[in-house]
Amino acid sequence: MEQNNIPKDSTAAAKPADTAAITAASSSAPAVVPIQIQSKHDKMSTTIIEVKDLNIYFGATHAIKGVNMAIKQNSVTSIIGPSGCGKSTLLRTLNRMHEISGGVTITGSVIYEGNDILTTDATELRKRIGMVFQKPNPFPSMSIQENVVAGLRYTGVHSSSFLRETTEKCLIKAGLWEEVHDRLKEPAIKLSGGQQQRLCIARALAVNPDVLLMDEPASALDPISTAKIEELIFELQPNYTIVIVTHNMQQAARVSSETAFMYLGQLIEFGKTKDVFSNPKHKQTESYITGRFG
Amino acid sequence: MKPYTRYRYAKNWTALALCCVSGLIVLVPLGYILMYTVIHGLSALNLSFFTNLPKPVGETGGGIANALVGTLVMLLLSGVIAIPIGVLSGIYLAEFGNNTFGNVIRFMTDVMNGLPSIIIGVFAYTLVVIPMKRFSAIAGAVALSILMLPIIIRATEELVKLVPGHIREGGVAIGIPRWKVSLRIILRTAMPGIITAIMLSVARAAGETAPLLFTALGNRFWQARLDQPMAAVSLQIYEYAKAPYEDWHAQAWAASLVVIMMILVFKIIIRIVTKGEVKAAT
Repeated sequence: MEQNNIPKDSTAAAKPADTAAITAASSSAPAVVPIQIQSKHDKMSTTIIEVKDLNIYFGATHAIKGVNMAIKQNSVTSIIGPSGCGKSTLLRTLNRMHEISGGVTITGSVIYEGNDILTTDATELRKRIGMVFQKPNPFPSMSIQENVVAGLRYTGVHSSSFLRETTEKCLIKAGLWEEVHDRLKEPAIKLSGGQQQRLCIARALAVNPDVLLMDEPASALDPISTAKIEELIFELQPNYTIVIVTHNMQQAARVSSETAFMYLGQLIEFGKTKDVFSNPKHKQTESYITGRFG
Repeated sequence: MKPYTRYRYAKNWTALALCCVSGLIVLVPLGYILMYTVIHGLSALNLSFFTNLPKPVGETGGGIANALVGTLVMLLLSGVIAIPIGVLSGIYLAEFGNNTFGNVIRFMTDVMNGLPSIIIGVFAYTLVVIPMKRFSAIAGAVALSILMLPIIIRATEELVKLVPGHIREGGVAIGIPRWKVSLRIILRTAMPGIITAIMLSVARAAGETAPLLFTALGNRFWQARLDQPMAAVSLQIYEYAKAPYEDWHAQAWAASLVVIMMILVFKIIIRIVTKGEVKAAT
């Protein structure tokens, strides 16, 4: 495939130098250079979620057409594609969020931990596969601390010492501890947009999931907050599997190790990010990446 | 100025004038009632009015002490009945009520809202007084709770619907069961408005007379048992206004003034506490 039209920074997996430059430029970001940690046993080769022959219908509209995908453990998989191609629909199927809105017919299976999640208990599933949404949605009637531990408190965990520890641990993991440790009792809605999103990430991490689904987590944020979120993804990657939907190709190139390209409900291409961006196998993928459409 | 422009200005001022005059016409009955009540009631109003029991005709110094306590007791009891049922129904309608069953409930609630209060009283009579074979405060409370229910249900439904959908999604996405998200998170968000609606329904029930006529019956003595007839301010006003005695009429005016002042103060407190921010379905 031709290489001349492909923008420079869309090649390779995460470039630590680029991100370090972004973080150095932002005055309030900590001076951390993120690195992608490879474990000794190379866990990236185990499949944690397998999507088999998934078809989703919104009434008569066929939104997802026969998608087969294997998401690797401890990878950062990004799903890219033009608007309306079904990225968010696919993501929301992985933790069964469609049941909340209703009106959706799903066929096929999604295998996680040996079971088809479409047939098992949804509430337990959502504790293992968490989600962060496009627009930060902290609970408005609660303080920062109450928000972080909401998932634990409302499922039976009441030990206040454990909750306090979890709050601190998760806020540190989400990179928010430094900024809010002295005002944990303040209402969560008083935080800025970027801080609210990191709070939502902390809240999702508090229930100790294996997988974190992120639906365009930085699209509503300013560039500095976006950089912080991307840095966060680097730091979380060794211990979590992350699937991120993004309409920003460069972001996908920066943060992910695997990329899935979708178009009109079909999974066109799925592979290592550097392969998809530098050597796409399908013409549509190449057209999208080089900006000819989308 | 061109003739057509002059005509347009004239039309504008006429419409404005009509609006202002209509507003003033609406204020007239309200102002008249308040003025009349104050003029006639102020003379019989003194401290002993609030602390004395009703006295027989001819004796001076009668009061509404037991009636005030009775009204409060029955409002409390009717709140205990109506608030849980009303709030939970409202949540059901808002979260899970997008079906035929929900529509039927919604329709019936609206019909209930428009029921004449005397019919509610007769219904409570049939439901509570006849089986118990006595008039009682419980019967009065049941009648008042039927009055309060539609207001609470509708307001709760509207307020829960106002809570943005992404809050619900956020709660469900961290593994909290759906019903718990509704009850703990969404309800907590809508709570300020729901409290306002509850207080407004209490203010409405405080002034009702017809539902209490055949249920609580009224009482001229101190009485604390819930299964016996109980006094209420509105009932007292009714009794005294019907009677042919001048001093009782004066007491009726005074009691009316007390009720109006109580409701006014209550509503002002609601406004201050919620800083006028929350608009519940009134």
